[in-house]
Amino acid sequence: MSSIAWFRLASPASFFPLARRLVPWFSAGAAVLAVTGLWLGLLVAPTDAQQGDAYRIIFIHVPAAWMSMFIYIVMAFWCAVSLTFNTRLAAMLAQALAPTGAMFTVLALVTGAMWGKPAWGTYWAWDARMTSELILLFLYFGYMALSHAIDDPRRADRASALLALVGAINVPIIYFSVKWWNTLHQGASVSLTSAPTMAATMLTGMLIMAFAAWFYAIAIALLRVQAIIVEREKNFRWSGELLRWIR
Amino acid sequence: MNASGLSEFMAMGGHGFYVWTSYVVAAVAVVFEIVAVRARLRAAVKSALRPDRAVSVPDDTQ
Repeated sequence: MSSIAWFRLASPASFFPLARRLVPWFSAGAAVLAVTGLWLGLLVAPTDAQQGDAYRIIFIHVPAAWMSMFIYIVMAFWCAVSLTFNTRLAAMLAQALAPTGAMFTVLALVTGAMWGKPAWGTYWAWDARMTSELILLFLYFGYMALSHAIDDPRRADRASALLALVGAINVPIIYFSVKWWNTLHQGASVSLTSAPTMAATMLTGMLIMAFAAWFYAIAIALLRVQAIIVEREKNFRWSGELLRWIR
Repeated sequence: MNASGLSEFMAMGGHGFYVWTSYVVAAVAVVFEIVAVRARLRAAVKSALRPDRAVSVPDDTQ
């Protein structure tokens, strides 16, 4: 019986109330984490010996860059599920994630430029890390454009899912670009295999901001997927009660 | 934080422009996305509530 109940969640109309209930929790979590992270990052963490206060961009830049890659992986995962099992909800979740992934990619590029100028003397360089991150933005745009360009939504799901999956090869290229090529961009800020190289409050603030970005992405994607479900499930008889709940 | 402490904080050791541009752009992007997604959900629900939506015909056929 429990397996039946689980599969019922794969129906967009059944998933809708669950998404509805989860949004306030993830929103509140994101707000609390962001306030804590900003307090640590802007008021507690010490000034960097080499970079002065310009390094404080890290509390936006690194979480945004991580999320830009992580959201793409999650989006590609739902695209794979949608292609394999031909489920509507998986494609809707992928579509709900794409604009937020693109938003974090833009933030990673803009804050990277803002950090690059004081740190390296230039806003932009065509090095491997930055170029592959820019390609990630174009992949998000391509996915969103393709999923809107085809009138039949199921065909649009399949075509755009294929594009997203092929583009997923770019994510490890971004991540390892600083190792594989000699880039202007510095190496990884955090490693699981070596001791932290930055002050504890800097690292903690950055990780808390990353969790804030994570909670925010979940909340906004769950909100957007509600809109997509209502837009696409035209044949579903929305009960008046469910629609009143939205107000 | 007193007045000189605040102006020192805003100056960010001479890097204020770069630091605050980053934070403001991030804040604007997040607020814009929240407003846009809420508006999209409201519009979707409004359209779903219209009784005639099942028979709506695209007008590019004329």
